[in-house]
Amino acid sequence: MTNFIRLDAVGMGMGRVGIELKQFFRDRESAVFNFLLPMILLVIFGSVFGEQDLGDSDITFSQYFVAGMIASGILYTSFQNLAISIPMEREDGTLKRLQGTPMPPAAFFIGKIGMVFVAYIAQVTILIAVGVFFFDIDMPTTSFAIFTFIWISILGLIATTLLGIAYSVVPKQGRGAAALVSPVVLVLQFTSGVFFVFTDLPQWMQSFASLFPLKWLAQGMRSVFLPESAAAMEVNGSWELGLTAIVLVVWIVLGALLATLFFRWTPRGEN
Amino acid sequence: MGGTHVIDAHQVVKNYGEFSALAGVSVHVDAGECLALLGPNGAGKTTLTEILEGYRTRDGGEVEVLGVDPSKPTGAWRSKLGIVLQNASDLADLTVNETITHFARYYPNPADPEQVIAAVGLTGKAASRNGKLSGGQRRRLDVALGIIGNPEVLFLDEPTTGFDPEARREFWVLIDRLKLEGTTILLTTHYLDEAQYLADRVAVIARGLIVAHGTPDSIGHRGDAIVTWSEGKREMSESTTEPTAFVAALASKFDGEIPHLRVRRASLEDAYLELIAQDRDIHVGEQ
Repeated sequence: MTNFIRLDAVGMGMGRVGIELKQFFRDRESAVFNFLLPMILLVIFGSVFGEQDLGDSDITFSQYFVAGMIASGILYTSFQNLAISIPMEREDGTLKRLQGTPMPPAAFFIGKIGMVFVAYIAQVTILIAVGVFFFDIDMPTTSFAIFTFIWISILGLIATTLLGIAYSVVPKQGRGAAALVSPVVLVLQFTSGVFFVFTDLPQWMQSFASLFPLKWLAQGMRSVFLPESAAAMEVNGSWELGLTAIVLVVWIVLGALLATLFFRWTPRGEN
Repeated sequence: MGGTHVIDAHQVVKNYGEFSALAGVSVHVDAGECLALLGPNGAGKTTLTEILEGYRTRDGGEVEVLGVDPSKPTGAWRSKLGIVLQNASDLADLTVNETITHFARYYPNPADPEQVIAAVGLTGKAASRNGKLSGGQRRRLDVALGIIGNPEVLFLDEPTTGFDPEARREFWVLIDRLKLEGTTILLTTHYLDEAQYLADRVAVIARGLIVAHGTPDSIGHRGDAIVTWSEGKREMSESTTEPTAFVAALASKFDGEIPHLRVRRASLEDAYLELIAQDRDIHVGEQ
């Protein structure tokens, strides 16, 4: 019977993806905060600054901003979503109930990762649609750009999902979790070249942001959505895709380590 | 250890810092039996139950549930357990039907979700979101989740708190049916009538110790009768093994009728309150 349960972890995990998605989209707060917010921000920023060109180039701010918003979307659907929802699930007994069933823990994490991927795909589709219809965004045309988009998305989602699971031990209560999570996301967005052009930021801010995944995700997405000539406007005059892959893999390893060490099913003191 | 009991706890000790939650508790439950754990809040009922369920660690003693030490839980072992925790409010955004059908997937030999929903009386609410259920309906959902895996052992931690009397009766009938099917049950409750109705044996726990243990009818001085009457504005009460003689003696004190005279056998509640009263430091819970 032990084997039966182990082998079925993937099947149960797939079942959990559906359950997780239902809960994600039916919870109005989470749907607005983690799913719709990037689109709202794109509409606002695009409408205010969208027509301005970047520097001497003929690239619009909208084109630059949509890349940053897609990169932020990775952080919203994974890190922000999980770091807020898991403390709530720990508090309301969702996790404790699951721990009391024969469900293998792997199924729970498969369910979370699956939910994050599906939510991201839906979000990025709508983001691009909004960008194309309202702000005349140019779509990537080369297969290399599309390939880059896919691997950046996958590595980014895995890293930030693991970090979200690890960070879920920081909020002690479900109620105040958002207040401890969204400032992290906001600060990273301001310092990583999402709301402002990265090279316009002070040197120390650039160095700070380079430690975290979002700067690399945004830069990678710019390589997808901006023309090749725009690489010259980056800090080192290149998209640094190789370095981006290395940074993301390091964060995946670190995230896996932190998540394994710190994740817990029950609130602190309840053992 | 390694005996024939389905649940076997021997001298279980649990400390939280200086506070001794369990100071050497021994209980056992045999196959098909229902044991009720009674005790005031903070007595250690939930701590003991959650040690048996594999949620909490222990600091001493031996524990086996279905022959397995709960501190080393396995999936196969968990599939034979049904757990109804206290005060659940999770899964609010799913419907009853989605919830039960989904949880059935975790078990190798689940019951039919539709039948389980019917058994707890939620058929009319199957399509409702869990968050919209009333307190009693929500609790029945928790019971449905506890029994969906066809458990051999069912843990019920204060299952009927917040039920109206009719819902409680219906719940008892449901649990009775599970008992008939051979399910072993560990029940913690504040309701003495519930323990009287459902339990084969009762263990009273106070200040981390078992203070009484036996069938619901044998706990405390149950041979005694309780005589109550009024003297002026005062309510008088006497526990006696010879009620006839006592009332005769009392009658001679009054000129004619004894005001508000009542003679009854001691109930489980009387025995319980007497046991708990010996522990005056402890607040007597919701009774």
